[in-house]
Order: sequence, then C-alpha cells, then structure tokens
Amino acid sequence: MKIFLNKKTLLLPVYLFNILLINIFNIGPLLADEIIMTRIKGEFPEAMNQLQESVVEQGYRVSRVQRVDVGLTKSGHKTAAYRLVFFGKYKEIKMLTKEFPTLAPYLPLKIVIFAEGDETLLVASNPISLKTAYPQKKLAKYFHNWEKDIREIMDKTYARMLE
Amino acid sequence: MKKIILLLTILLYPVMALPGSGSVDEGKEVFRKYCAACHGSNGAGGVGVPLSLPSFIDHVDDAYLIKTIRHGRPGRVMPAFKSLSKSQVQSLLKFLRTWTGNAGMSFSAKPIKGNRAKGKNLFKQKCAACHGEVGQGGKGTGVTFSRPRGLPILPSALNNQGFLASATDELIKQTIVNGREKTPMPSAMKLGLQNQDINDLVSYVRSWQRKKIPAIKTAASDSPIIIRESPYDLATTLKNVKQAVIGANLILIRVQELDKGIAEKGKENKKQIIVYSCGFSFLYEALKIDPRVGLFLPCRITIIEDKGKVKLMTINPKRLSAHFNNSELDKLCEEMYEKYTDILDEATI
Repeated sequence: MKIFLNKKTLLLPVYLFNILLINIFNIGPLLADEIIMTRIKGEFPEAMNQLQESVVEQGYRVSRVQRVDVGLTKSGHKTAAYRLVFFGKYKEIKMLTKEFPTLAPYLPLKIVIFAEGDETLLVASNPISLKTAYPQKKLAKYFHNWEKDIREIMDKTYARMLE
Repeated sequence: MKKIILLLTILLYPVMALPGSGSVDEGKEVFRKYCAACHGSNGAGGVGVPLSLPSFIDHVDDAYLIKTIRHGRPGRVMPAFKSLSKSQVQSLLKFLRTWTGNAGMSFSAKPIKGNRAKGKNLFKQKCAACHGEVGQGGKGTGVTFSRPRGLPILPSALNNQGFLASATDELIKQTIVNGREKTPMPSAMKLGLQNQDINDLVSYVRSWQRKKIPAIKTAASDSPIIIRESPYDLATTLKNVKQAVIGANLILIRVQELDKGIAEKGKENKKQIIVYSCGFSFLYEALKIDPRVGLFLPCRITIIEDKGKVKLMTINPKRLSAHFNNSELDKLCEEMYEKYTDILDEATI
C-alpha cells in the first residue's frame, strides 16, 4: 500500500488513465478546422492595435499591413474596415523557403481582420490543412506550431479587448 | 486518509468532469469557440444566421438544432461539427435556449402528405423570389458586404441536404404558417395560403431530399500551388510577370522581397520576390459572396530563383476555396485559377 500510494509511482499511471478516459469521452481538443476564426468584442481600430501587439508578443515580426478597404474605397466600392496582417519569423522563413521553396506562396503567415458593426472578426487559414499537401515530417512541427500560435494570438487579442 | 482521498479524487476526476446532460456555462464557452465568429457574440448573426431571433430559436426543436450542428449545410458555409461531443452539443443547446428562456417547440416526425405538383406551382408563385427558383437560397453570407445591415437574415437554402435532413415536415409547415417575425419571411396568412396549400408546399420541398447528405468538400484533392518554371532570368521573369498582371486587368500593387519587413533592412533575399496585384471589382464581388475571402488576398505571384532555376508560383484558389464550404465561392475560384494560370503562362512563354 505504501508503495502503491507513493506519489512518484502513483501519479504517472493515474495521469495516463485520465488522459485515456478524457479521450474516450471526447472532452479534449475538438476540431481541426480549416479556417480559424474569432470574434472580438470591440471596434476595429483598437482590435487592430491589439492584434499586432499579440502577434509581436507571440514572437513574430509584423512585416506589413495590407489596407484592402483603402483599395476598395479608391476603386469606388463601399466597404467596412478590412485589412491583412502579415507576420513571420526570419529564421523560419529563410530556412523553409530554402529547403521547401514550394511552400513560399503560403509565407509569410497572415491574419485577416475586418469590422462587423461594433465587433471585429479575425480569420486565418489553419496551417494544419497544409499537411496533406506538404507531408514532409520536418514541416509537420511548423504547421502545428503555427496553428497553436495563431490560436494564441487570437485568444490574446480577444482577452486584451475585454480588459 | 488524505492520500486515499487524493487517489479517489484523481481517479474519479474524468467521471466527475463529464457534464452529463451539459451545462449552460460549458455551452457558452462552446458557442464562443465554435459559433460566435459567424453567428455573433449574442447570436445576432453575421456571416451566419441570427440564431437568437425569438421567431427562430423558439420555433425550432432541439432535434433540428442538433442535426444542423452535426450535418452543417453542404455548400452554404455552415460546417458539420462532427467532433463536438454529445455533452458539448447538449450544453450548447442549453445555452442557446437562455436567449429567450423558452424551451422551443416540439414537432412530430410524421411525414405530411401533399400534392407535389401543386406545391411546385405555389413555390414558384410565393417562395421562389426569395428562396430561389429551385430553393437554392439567397446569395452571399456576410452582414458587412452582402446585404444591408437592416436585413437580419438571408433567405435560407431549402434545397440543401443538410437542411432537409434536419427539418421535419412539421417544422417546415409551422415555419410557413408562422413566418419569421422581424425577417422578410411572411406568415401563411399574409401569403394567402390555406392548410392544403401549405401541405403541398412541404411535400414539394421534401421532394428535394436525397438519401445521402453529400460530404462537405475538402481541400486535399487539389494541388496547393500553381507552378511554372521560367526560361528567363529573374529580372526578365519579373518584368514579364508585371506585364502579364496588367494584361490580365489587375492593378499592380507592389513588388517586394518575400522576407521584407521580417529580415533586417538591407538583408532581404533578392532572389525571392513577390508581385502583389488586385482586381478590386472582382474582389468586391467575392466579398459579397463570403467576407472571409481576404484569405486569398492580395493576388500574388511569388518568383523564386533556386539552384539557378527561376520558378513562378501562386496559391491554388481552388484548394483554398474548399475550406469555405461555399459553392458560390467555388465558381469564382475557378475563374481566379484560370486567371493565375494565364498570367503564369503569359510570363513564361
């Protein structure tokens, strides 16, 4: 009994058992959605600032903001605020475009941000969906990391706007 | 004793954590994560329909909502959430019901008998103007671009296998009888329909149902990029691409290194170039169809010199389109695919 209840011997199998149960009952992570979306409670200008700060906080550099709404307006179309935020990590992009040049059209990463009334929507393609097209093992970890980072960036932006 | 309690707590945790029939709090979180982006924080609608409208949520039963969540609407943006657990779906329903505090109606699953031919005629006269000649539904999705903000809902696609698998005849009938208050959908009385007319209409709408719900298209079948090898050097290829872009009636926005803004200034890779362009009218039409099309933007040709060879690449719009579950968008992406192919071919002739 003493051995059975020893913390070191007890916790690992119990933890594994719990993980198994949690998976059986499907309580854990849910969808590998192809599009990641988050609705932000707050108006566009502030959400835009918070998004860029969240991108930087996640370890990326914002390379450019494409002002789609400006182009549309200049062409005579009425539109709400609509922009694209491009971001990346220098070392990653350098290495990946060298070793996997056909991945280049998907780099740098981007998040679409647009106003919907007094709320703001963030939309990104889920990098995981590239896995079927780029099955190389080395890339899988990048796709997973990018997905995690994009979700965290969106969650952070959401949380910041609630503060 | 403490250790035994600890042991029991740890062992029983997953069972205790199972919410059983679901909780409102869990439902609220599920809604925030999976639904709010399209349906709005308070269910008032956006890319998706306004779920919190009392004339909707109080007039559909749980079975309809569950099937809608599970099947989605093939080709009409709403995905099929097959991976949500039963408990999560139950929690979600509990949360949705908090908007009005009502339980929702219950409907018989018994089929309604009617005259399809008469129903077809009535549909043409009374329904087709909004729901489309063959029940394909209104065009577009987003509040922002595709319809005036005052209009709370687009006419739904009745001829959709996800809808037909979710709605019983009785639910369809009651929707026609009552209409949807605060939407353009009028009641049967306003349309001048009698009970038998409604039965005929239901019978006609039901005739669209097929045995199988088509699987929502996935992207895996299409190549992720369109690629061409250029017979020219990088500078000539770039010049050709610029000309081809303008020739395709696109506005040239900018030319820059792929890593510009990410690499230190002056250390950008001059052998990886992006040519950005846009056709704003085309874009505007695409935004009307789906406000999330920014994921395709801007139109971009990537030119890379690799091991002495110059390659031109673009994303394949057909592959990306499959992510949207939007059949209207698929057509535009076919056009975009053709345009990209023409530009790449023109630049490498």
